[in-house]
Amino acid sequence: MADAAPPSKSRDLDKLLLRPGNLVGPTFDPGVQLRDDLQEYVRVLVVGAGGLGCELLKDLALSGFKNLEVIDMDRIEVTNLNRQFLFRLEDVGKPKAEVAAKRVMERVSGVNIVPHFCRIEDKDIEFYNDFNIIALGLDSIEARSYINAVACSFLEYDSDDNPREETMKPMVDGGTEGFKGHARVIVPGVTPCFECTIWLFPPQVKFPLCTLAETPRNAAHCIEYAHLIKWDEVHSGQSFDPDNPDHMKWVYDEAVKRAELFGIPGVTYSLTQGVVKNIIPAIASTNAIISAACTLETLKIASGCSKTLSNYLTYNGVEGLHTKVTEFVKDKDCLVCGPGVLIELDTTVTLKKFIDMLEEDPKMLMTKASITYHGKNLYMQAPPVLEEMTRSNLELPLYDLMDKIPKDVLHATGTINKDDKKSSGLRKLRVVFRGIDGVTDMDMAGGA
Amino acid sequence: MAEPKTKYDRQLRIWGEQGQAALEKASICLLNCGPTGSETLKNLVLGGVGSITIVDGSKVEFGDLGNNFMVDDSSLGQSKAKCVCSFLQELNDAVKAKFIEEYPEALIDTNPSFFSQFTLVVATQLVEESMVKLDRICRQENVMLIFARSYGLTGLVRISVKEHTVIESKPDHFLDDLRLNNPWPELRGFTEAIDLNVQDPVAHKHIPYVVILVKMADEWKTSHGGTLPSTREQKREFKELLKARMAATDEDNYKEAIDASFKLFAPQGISNCAEVGSSSSDFWVMVAALKEFIANEGGGEVPLEGSIPDMTSSTEHYVNLQKIYQAKSEADYLVLEERVRNILKKIGRDPHSILKATIKSFSKNARKLKVCRYRSIEDEYNNPSPAELQKYLTDEDYSIAVGFYILLRAVDRYAANFNHFPGQFDGGLDEDISRLKTTAVSLLNDLGCSGLTLTEDLINEMCRFGAAELHAVAAVIGGIASQEVIKLITKQFVPMTGTFAFNAIDHKSRLLNLC
Repeated sequence: MADAAPPSKSRDLDKLLLRPGNLVGPTFDPGVQLRDDLQEYVRVLVVGAGGLGCELLKDLALSGFKNLEVIDMDRIEVTNLNRQFLFRLEDVGKPKAEVAAKRVMERVSGVNIVPHFCRIEDKDIEFYNDFNIIALGLDSIEARSYINAVACSFLEYDSDDNPREETMKPMVDGGTEGFKGHARVIVPGVTPCFECTIWLFPPQVKFPLCTLAETPRNAAHCIEYAHLIKWDEVHSGQSFDPDNPDHMKWVYDEAVKRAELFGIPGVTYSLTQGVVKNIIPAIASTNAIISAACTLETLKIASGCSKTLSNYLTYNGVEGLHTKVTEFVKDKDCLVCGPGVLIELDTTVTLKKFIDMLEEDPKMLMTKASITYHGKNLYMQAPPVLEEMTRSNLELPLYDLMDKIPKDVLHATGTINKDDKKSSGLRKLRVVFRGIDGVTDMDMAGGA
Repeated sequence: MAEPKTKYDRQLRIWGEQGQAALEKASICLLNCGPTGSETLKNLVLGGVGSITIVDGSKVEFGDLGNNFMVDDSSLGQSKAKCVCSFLQELNDAVKAKFIEEYPEALIDTNPSFFSQFTLVVATQLVEESMVKLDRICRQENVMLIFARSYGLTGLVRISVKEHTVIESKPDHFLDDLRLNNPWPELRGFTEAIDLNVQDPVAHKHIPYVVILVKMADEWKTSHGGTLPSTREQKREFKELLKARMAATDEDNYKEAIDASFKLFAPQGISNCAEVGSSSSDFWVMVAALKEFIANEGGGEVPLEGSIPDMTSSTEHYVNLQKIYQAKSEADYLVLEERVRNILKKIGRDPHSILKATIKSFSKNARKLKVCRYRSIEDEYNNPSPAELQKYLTDEDYSIAVGFYILLRAVDRYAANFNHFPGQFDGGLDEDISRLKTTAVSLLNDLGCSGLTLTEDLINEMCRFGAAELHAVAAVIGGIASQEVIKLITKQFVPMTGTFAFNAIDHKSRLLNLC
């Protein structure tokens, strides 16, 4: 069965991209042009170069994408090696993003991957706008929330409050734990965003301090006592570092002592690490399944070559095999992907007063806010150079800084204080100035 | 700490030292190392399986560079098995990696005894005829077998093992075995020593809910002719009674008792006792002993598991309660062990041929035992279940996945007739579509589903796929296959039963209960 067609590296992918189909996306336009455009113009950012990120980079590189970037702040550890297949023992200590990018480029010729060894918050918001699709391979709710807010901040609404398609920044998101995982598609303005369905990720249950201090019953209670109470009592001022083996050993020894005192079995070094670092068990196979599902969706969003997942897939391999697709619905009042938080101001309000107001506003609760207006920095808390450059704006009326436009959108980044928890956040604000002709219509307050 | 243990830390937390030891003893054979096979092995090599043997007779072509991460530009023209093997070895030097440059179909025909040396065979991208032959060989040799196939935006995974028994099924959610409605003397004695009406508020709010429920159940029984709450109204009333006993509104132990009261109402005894077979494998010997235990010492119950959930309590009460459960569990285990040894003696086996640790684990997991059986491929294909297929085909949410299952078989028939897969080459697509349609109709007829048809859309898609092995689809299929391999080898968790039909179009995949 000799193949008559000339040899092509995308022999298999061509079947999907070059041939017309019936169960495809509305924009699908099969042909060589589509394949070439995918390679030349589509830019994908992979957030995280861990268990999911390594798989995502490989899968995307072998699914017709040639312009990839990856961002991760972590360095390689020995415990990564059972699943993060782009890393070797001799890579331990090196930045994940850099090694992952290099390894994939070595094996798949023609692919270009730019690594970014930094925190996601270190990049300007505009950095993220440069990509057509963002693929998330993260293990924390906070990081997902942040990227989600960034992607949603690009979304613009027209005068009828309908989202404008050209401003939508699609994301695919994956997550795993042991034999279980999820993959989802987020198209801001169309599907629910991460924040609309934040209830899917219930906060971690913490032990009450009085249980730890007075009535410990199991090994985890003894460990958390050593970690959260005893450490501070003994090491005044020195903060606990979970990556410091001496610190971990100390907590373990103290937990053992406490367990003996109360006659509680089961404190081990491994459990101590698990409890203190909140280790989520992880294996190669689940990461492979979830990342590949995310890659398929990325390819479909970019090319239209098939229908898409709508919009949340769960996988569970603990007892048999269960997969389920759920179509979640958007929260129309979502603060993150909705049209933006409406704030009404007098034209005399200064930028400084405005920043102070964000701390008090029950919908915002944002401290240390930096403000941008159409990509222009009005005030930046950091770095010091930018802070100094923008400081003089603080005393100017916001109305003037916004070129006396009576109604427009601002972006605020800062620390969000919600339920006694601090996290980095980004919010879109719709500012309306009072007393300007034509926009005194109070009806619109209902949309906030 | 030694490097290997640290390296495997994140998976040891799932399957433990025992599971890891089983993996490290296993020898895996892979048939065909395209992306589906390569990705399956990648996940197993990372996890540290003992050895792998790759069987593939093909050379690396240009097209392979676009879908397989285990080959690169320098591999062109070389043995694919050799290139994939050397890259996989790079991932983990603790794994013994070998390759054999031969086509699996040839090996199946000429050297069936070759397969007997392996723990498990992963057969990828095989057509129906070879699947049936290989399945026969592996069943004969008692080698576990798993099929994995990627085909355009679809694919399948199917386990084929005569019988797989699991002691440690480790379910996520399982009702605690607390025996609240049937306390044994030591538990009863413990609860009797505690006064629910204790005046000290600190003591009152640290009485474990196990004690509260046992005592309140007794109280209820004395006023209700010895029966527990059974109607919805009685259950509500019982909860009200608990609420009335709270000394303050912040008593977490009473709140827990109210939330856990359903554990008291749960029917006594066990719901699904495993069946006893005549085979004398260790598992079935222990099942026979378990059956005796339930009928005798157990009084209708299996051996106690012995662990209790965390609950509001003073340390002293909790630790003592824990000891009472553990002691009962240990006593039950010793009785079961005695029965196992006796049965072994009776059937002429060494009474100590089953390890203590195995019996202990069996005893503690007696409510969670699982048995998975799989039909032979030949049987599934020759004796289809038309009623099941029809049911699936008319289920709108899953008709695509089921349609793909049928079409995957249709393309093999097609290939046997026309010597290529539909849509494999660029010319003559229309002719391929109509031929595939005819093939599918005759297959449906043979399956006893003559009244049903597959949609034009689906048949067109299948031809469009042209037997393409897309990397991302292969990574899903290989990922699922490797996850099932791990469950089979570690004998932990429950492997899938049925045929998994993958639908990458909208991800409404389906586990078909046809085997």
